[in-house]
Amino acid sequence: MLEFSLDARRGSFHLQVDCVFSSDWTVVFGPSGSGKSSLLRLLAGLDRPTHGRIALDKRAFADTAAGLHLPPGRRHTALVAQQPALFPHLSVAANVAYGLRSLNRAARAARVEEMLALAAATDLAGRRPQDLSGGEAQRVALARALAPAPRLLLLDEPFSALDGLASDALLERLQLWLRENQVQAVMATHDVTDALAMGAEVLLLRDGRLTALGPAAEVLAAERERLMVRLRGRRD
Amino acid sequence: MDWQAFALSLRLATVTTAILLAIAVPLAALLVLGRSRWLAALEALATLPMVLPPTVLGFFLLVLLGPRTAVGRGITALLGHPLAFSFNGLVVGSVIYSLPFAVQPLVAGFAAIDSSLVDAARLLGAGPLRLVSSILVPLARRSLLAAIVLSFLNTIGEFGVVLMLGGDIPGSTRTLSIVLYNQVENFDYAAANRTAAILLGMSILALALIYSKAQKHGVHRA
Repeated sequence: MLEFSLDARRGSFHLQVDCVFSSDWTVVFGPSGSGKSSLLRLLAGLDRPTHGRIALDKRAFADTAAGLHLPPGRRHTALVAQQPALFPHLSVAANVAYGLRSLNRAARAARVEEMLALAAATDLAGRRPQDLSGGEAQRVALARALAPAPRLLLLDEPFSALDGLASDALLERLQLWLRENQVQAVMATHDVTDALAMGAEVLLLRDGRLTALGPAAEVLAAERERLMVRLRGRRD
Repeated sequence: MDWQAFALSLRLATVTTAILLAIAVPLAALLVLGRSRWLAALEALATLPMVLPPTVLGFFLLVLLGPRTAVGRGITALLGHPLAFSFNGLVVGSVIYSLPFAVQPLVAGFAAIDSSLVDAARLLGAGPLRLVSSILVPLARRSLLAAIVLSFLNTIGEFGVVLMLGGDIPGSTRTLSIVLYNQVENFDYAAANRTAAILLGMSILALALIYSKAQKHGVHRA
């Protein structure tokens, strides 16, 4: 269970969200500029809130009142963003192994293989990031983020470069893996079809404020109706 | 040809460059990645020797390291001799004088690295040391080379600080620049020509060696 109460400012933008994610998979939905990425960066520990608290399964990662701010690498939290940010001087396998320093060589190699298989990227192991397509790089970024066995996975429109079918197949495998490994996931998207397809809990974010939280079919009823009207309009 | 001065210049430049790298890499990383509001002041301080006339810097160091100040007296008590007019004194002066030439290329190189790569490494558990050694330095190899070349050559050609702080003691503080100055003062232009040619040759050789190594290792990007 992920609980947070955050108040953060960056320039004129003000994010103020207070909620609890109890579902295994939560979608943060909102238009561009609504604060989705800012929220994920705060949860990951890359940015500090002005005021607030973040706790995963009752364990606090950040609490401004107590002066607590665990650095990103100590939160058991992974973040996969739209920009894969693979290390260009390392091979794909070395990228995936980057967060596995605590494992011995054999365990590390096995983990890299497992993660690349999950992301359908086994054949990319020896390649350099520069030689990958956008979709391949995003798959490798996912494998790298999951390798250290996080307890919370944050996804910021991570499969935008994958085509629909590949993205659906990967998401299906990923959801199964996350369930098996008891990893909670939060995915930010501005694509209503993505949000509806998950059938997950949805947090609706507008101008840095929470406007609704609940099942996708309820929270996104208006968006769904708008989408249906557009699709019917195209058919006619 | 003063081979003693030649060897001393090489030794001074090598020691200075090694010390500078050990200081400049973490300092540049701190300036780029740090969040403290004091970092702007620290960067200004690290850049100061670039705009300060070398003789002025040499004079300040001479006073600071001499018997007039507590620092100078402390160092003398610790080492058993004053730092001024010694090789170690020259190293201190050279490190301070060449600091901006090592720090600035590294700051530019580190700042040019995509911040999302730094974020990714931090999310994967990299602490400051690993961030510098596994991400910043490998991705800014060209800037590191520039820092090495500039520090080395700047120290080889240094004159004002050396003269003020080290004087002209053969085998201890007499570098090639001082030899050249003495030769010109004595109207020995033939010898001065040879010394100047050696200084020029060393500069060209250092550049050629380092850049050929860069080519060999395929270093093309910042």
